[in-house]
Amino acid sequence: MNVVFTRAGVARGMRRVAPLMFGIAPFAVVVGIVAQGKGLSLAESTLMNLLVFAGASQLVALAAWSHPAPVLAATLAAFVVNLRMALMGPALGQWLDRLRGVRLWGTLAIMVDHSFALSVADIRAGGADAGFLLGASLLMWVVWVAASVAGFLAGAALHLPPGHPLFFAALAAFIALLVPMWRGSHEAAPWLVAAVVASVVARALPGTAWYIVAGAAAGSLAGALRDRRRERSS
Amino acid sequence: MNPGLLRIDPWTLAAILGMAAASYACRAGGYWLFRQITPSPFLRAVLAYLPGALFASYVAPALLRGGPQAWAGGVATVAAMILTRNLSLGIGAGVAAAWAVYLVR
Repeated sequence: MNVVFTRAGVARGMRRVAPLMFGIAPFAVVVGIVAQGKGLSLAESTLMNLLVFAGASQLVALAAWSHPAPVLAATLAAFVVNLRMALMGPALGQWLDRLRGVRLWGTLAIMVDHSFALSVADIRAGGADAGFLLGASLLMWVVWVAASVAGFLAGAALHLPPGHPLFFAALAAFIALLVPMWRGSHEAAPWLVAAVVASVVARALPGTAWYIVAGAAAGSLAGALRDRRRERSS
Repeated sequence: MNPGLLRIDPWTLAAILGMAAASYACRAGGYWLFRQITPSPFLRAVLAYLPGALFASYVAPALLRGGPQAWAGGVATVAAMILTRNLSLGIGAGVAAAWAVYLVR
């Protein structure tokens, strides 16, 4: 594949990710509300959203927030919850291996689940413009920070109950991203293994994010092991 | 404007910088590490299965925990995605279904 990195690719990534704002904005609003509730200032909350930009890990860290801030616990929470992202870069190797310097390490700095998922789909469809990943990530980043500020300011005023259906938008975004990842019936077993392992670990270790790491590792290993055994027996 | 909005506590700043460093280590460090070693065919198969397994691991526990609202929303999201392959319609259908269950109950 002859990989390029163009402004048009960046713009295309932004256009493709735009619908997902309905999924990410409520999530960022929630993170803003929680940060406000935990006593962070607007400047602190916004700085966290700018620099960390990984909502699930922020929610886990904020759940155990105290004053003075728990520096080590928060750092550890960010590391464990975001460990899944260590495996995203390698999966985008077809693009990233052709990039250098700030284009590579800058793009990686704001890569998130949604822009990763769209990029995987684009690579599988033959896409060869690595700017796509930067564009998709960049729009997510800007909207994320803006929505978290809105959430912080709305904070006390909104009063949405925890089970409000609007919060389902965050989960719906992940479910919607999963559908085009179905490449055929050979996905069934790895997905099922991932779902079962993740559900069991989530029960066993509540309040942590090990279930995502455990489920993803178990599911992808199960798929690859099965394929290897089939190849050897055929 | 309330001056407290712009306050930055040094411990909070340290925690935020620690979280930022850990997140960047995950995002960029994983890619860096895998570039030092050449992936075998087996590892490549693992990586090909990884995206689906990752998102399944997010979604399954949340659906189990979520109750009828989340189940209705999940079914509607998948149905709309299969029919239209359009992410906005998928998310919109899911929220609408979850909301309908919320209003009925």
